[in-house]
Amino acid sequence: MKTLLDVRGLVTAIGGARVVDGVSFQVAAGETYALLGESGCGKSMTALSLMRLLPDGGRIDAGTVELDGENLLALPERAMRTVRGGRMAMIFQEPMLALNPVIKVGEQIGEALALHRNLAGEAAHDTARALLDAVGVPDPARRLDAYPFELSGGLRQRMMIAMALAGQPRLLIADEPTTALDVTIQAQVLEVLRALRRERQMGMLLITHDLGVVARNADRVGVMYAGELLEEGTREAFFAAPQHPYSRMLFAALPRPGDGGRLATIPGQVPRLDAAFTGCRFAPRCPYAVARCRAESPGWQTFGAQRVRCHRAGELPAAEMRAPGERPAAALPAAPLLQVDGLKVHFPIRRGLLQRTVGHLRAVDDVSLVIEAGRTLALVGESGCGKTTVGKALLHLVEPSAGRIALAGETVTAARLDRLRRQAQMVFQDPFSSLNPRMRVVDILLEGMEALHVGEAAQRGAAAARLLQQVGLPDDAGERYPHAFSGGQRQRIAIARALAVSPQLVICDEPTSALDVSVQAQILNLLKDLQDELGIAYLFITHNLAVVEYLAHRVAVMYLGRIVESGPATEVLRGPRHPYTQALVAAVPRIDAAAAAATPQLAGDQPSPINPPTGCHFHPRCPQADARCRESYPDARQTNAAHWVRCHMVAGE
Amino acid sequence: MSVQAVVLWTDALIFLLLAAGAGLVWTIRRKEHLRAPWAAVAQRPMAMAAALVLAVFVAIGLLDSLHYRERLPDSPADAPQYAVEVLSVFDALMGDLRTQKEKTYSAPLAMQLYAKEFVEHDGVTVRDYPRLVHGGAHLADAAARQPDIARRVAVGLAQGLAASLVAFAVLAVWRARRAGVAASAWLADWRAGRLGWPARTLAGMATLLAVLGAVLVQLADAYHVFGTDKVGQDVLYIGLKSIRTGLVIGTLTTLVTLPLAIGLGIAAGYFRGWVDDVIQYVYTVLNSIPGVLLIAAAVLIVQVYIESNPERFDTAAARADIRLLALCVIMGVTSWTGLARLLRGETLKLRTLDYVEAARAFGVTHTRILGRHIFPNVFHLVLIAIVLDFSGLVLAEAVLSYVGVGVDPTMYSWGNMINGARLELAREPVVWWQLGAAFAFMFTLVLAANLFADGVRDAFDPRMERRR
Repeated sequence: MKTLLDVRGLVTAIGGARVVDGVSFQVAAGETYALLGESGCGKSMTALSLMRLLPDGGRIDAGTVELDGENLLALPERAMRTVRGGRMAMIFQEPMLALNPVIKVGEQIGEALALHRNLAGEAAHDTARALLDAVGVPDPARRLDAYPFELSGGLRQRMMIAMALAGQPRLLIADEPTTALDVTIQAQVLEVLRALRRERQMGMLLITHDLGVVARNADRVGVMYAGELLEEGTREAFFAAPQHPYSRMLFAALPRPGDGGRLATIPGQVPRLDAAFTGCRFAPRCPYAVARCRAESPGWQTFGAQRVRCHRAGELPAAEMRAPGERPAAALPAAPLLQVDGLKVHFPIRRGLLQRTVGHLRAVDDVSLVIEAGRTLALVGESGCGKTTVGKALLHLVEPSAGRIALAGETVTAARLDRLRRQAQMVFQDPFSSLNPRMRVVDILLEGMEALHVGEAAQRGAAAARLLQQVGLPDDAGERYPHAFSGGQRQRIAIARALAVSPQLVICDEPTSALDVSVQAQILNLLKDLQDELGIAYLFITHNLAVVEYLAHRVAVMYLGRIVESGPATEVLRGPRHPYTQALVAAVPRIDAAAAAATPQLAGDQPSPINPPTGCHFHPRCPQADARCRESYPDARQTNAAHWVRCHMVAGE
Repeated sequence: MSVQAVVLWTDALIFLLLAAGAGLVWTIRRKEHLRAPWAAVAQRPMAMAAALVLAVFVAIGLLDSLHYRERLPDSPADAPQYAVEVLSVFDALMGDLRTQKEKTYSAPLAMQLYAKEFVEHDGVTVRDYPRLVHGGAHLADAAARQPDIARRVAVGLAQGLAASLVAFAVLAVWRARRAGVAASAWLADWRAGRLGWPARTLAGMATLLAVLGAVLVQLADAYHVFGTDKVGQDVLYIGLKSIRTGLVIGTLTTLVTLPLAIGLGIAAGYFRGWVDDVIQYVYTVLNSIPGVLLIAAAVLIVQVYIESNPERFDTAAARADIRLLALCVIMGVTSWTGLARLLRGETLKLRTLDYVEAARAFGVTHTRILGRHIFPNVFHLVLIAIVLDFSGLVLAEAVLSYVGVGVDPTMYSWGNMINGARLELAREPVVWWQLGAAFAFMFTLVLAANLFADGVRDAFDPRMERRR
């Protein structure tokens, strides 16, 4: 295949930090090359260097970037403008930030068409419609007149892709194109990208941290670490036998279906790039490192279809596959700790001059849950299905409109919130916004104890020190401020804060979705250890099904404010009965080749909870829906003692 | 001669503010996240040079805020009588500058009055420019003026340089001893700019100020450096006395603004609902009334109050002072809305953050959330607003006094100086020095304040962090 993009020895510096350090790779026409790595490894900076769109203070110090044989780094800025969006286009992670919110998407696409293809008027309109067709936007003629806020996340990302395609690029750079999207939407968008690449013979540079996305989409893979490329190879070879210890550890850190054992973690964190390196950059975190690794930077070694920069490549033991850990035998059902009956959270929609209530947004509509002491219930669903609202309503952070919450047999009322707050606490998604940057860690930990009068004032300091130890933070952490810690360490602080009042239930709202794979593994292990040690129950709110199987005993699947299926974790994930659960499970990108076969995809987006569809909420997206589904909402039907489903099809069997 | 200390309202507030400032510095030194940006400010040569100039202004203002009344020499010891004139420590330091009055206008460094009069020359009465009583009085003849001025400037230069050299030598020895190195090594570091603080700029600025001060002292000893005004008072003296007025307006107004802006702004953003509605309504209404109109009305009311209650104010200074205070209060009451709106917006953002939610999940009280989570995270905005508003307020005073609704006409202020100069600009030859002096003082203060504010804003701006 003809080489489309040829990057040689690219060095990019921002201030004193060499964020990209000697990276070389090629992308052929019609090929997808995936750059894989944790955050802070220089993946995005590589892409921005190719586009010459570096942030202030960034400069390219060395190297060449050739697109179709032309050195882009030597082009004047004027010529570069026609390359950007013309021969080389980029899709960004956050479609809401990349689209101008006050201009109709049709005009934004038209802008690119006018600039790169000199199209205007009717011709531009027709081309734009064809582009939307190509990226699978339903009803394209109408969508052209929509503003970005009128579109869902998946549609916005498709618009971004259509815009990128407007200049008929030879190379498409996709920077984490699906990270901000739900799994079902992610599957749709990746399918669009695959089809486009096939049809147009584009080269694609896919930047991602998700091994699952790589497994389904890439032809070749490059692993980046601390600004350098560590390993490169074809997808088959890479997934069959990753050579570099870092790549292997990334695999080992990933929770996989049917896996109950401890996750492997990578100790430490990505080094700061403004320091000078001697030897292999991964050596400080590498379990196989020898003296030579610390003294001498390794060169490339080739193994068949792979090449790797590691002194010990080839002599490492064969990648050990984790034995599918046996789940602890399901003990006798424990006593129910939290019982929720008919929980409803309705937000009034007010319109007009007098702010009259014209309707309700039913964020949570009749949800009933039971969490047993010392067990984990996972609440799963797409974003916007109301799962976070359930978590907040349980703690009365959002006032429930109806329903009964009972904790250890005692009904929780607004007047007796103190008892609730001692027994149930929350860990939030983003560890950067959940810790007050102006408070010392010890003050953060003490806050809850002081507010709820837990323990003697004199002993609280000792309790805080014990908590820090429990979550694996250094002893001197208490005196420091949150900014001194990495994302994973901050999440540990947040967990310690929740544990400070010795709760029996911790509500974890996507606690790992903002973290890298290796750090996610550390946090998941910690949560599991704490459960074993302290007997805490978790309500684990997530959209990541792989994590669910690792941690949860029971699963409840939520769709549009209601629970549609609930049962033991293994049963629900291995043998899902509800079509929605089936689609969710199928949409999870898997790294094992067997699952990579074509799977049914969920069409469309989740409808708005303001105006839910009649009958079964899921019927507009359900491949099996019939007249009955359009008319009435199905009742819960037990498939066995612990597993129930709300679906007419299951009921009809 | 015994004296009676006089504490005017603004004096008390200034020293209260000084104490609060000291307390703030003490707090900031203890908190790492607050100290870091100030350390960054201390690294900036421009900001530190500006701070030095500001410090000189503040020192003059503080000296001018220590008021007293002298005891009348012929008053009985058991029932002492004190002069009606309220003086300050600064007046005492200025010596004769205050009392050396001429008849009317005279140009800077002049020997003769601006206006012609009938004077007697060797027994013949002619119409000529009379000699000044004080300015250049020691000279026998006009031809000696130029060389005398040159000599005084040279002496001042030499004195200033010598003083700064001595001060620098003392500093060098002291710092070198503290750092445990030889003085020559410290000097080499100083020259190379390796000391970790902008020592070269500060030394240069301090020398410049010392030289300027010495030259002014030399010249003011025998001349009116900036001329005299309509009633023959030294303009340099007026300009220096106006510093206190400018500083009082710039700082005390902030003191009034802050509780309103912080309290109402944060409350509106945090509580939302009807609290937000009421506060927004109040500041929208306040904003829709022209500020000058409100200020004029308030100042006139205070004026009426002062005139109908003369027994409450024993001196003219106290009367002028209460009017100055009233001006500060009313300017504060009309100018809190901008900062309040800013803080409301920031609070709206902060209250949705997870750490506030987490605190609510612990049942932490609202006051505690406001005090521990919201206020510390908007504090940098408050600081920036204080420093940026200062120069605006100093300029506003000048404009208001010019319009006639500012400080008391008897009070020394740059606005009054400009107001007084206004009518004389049409004369030939033009009387420019009053305006020029007011302009020079205001320009220096406002420029220094703005440069310092720039440094502060840059240090607190998170976007600038990476470029430092």
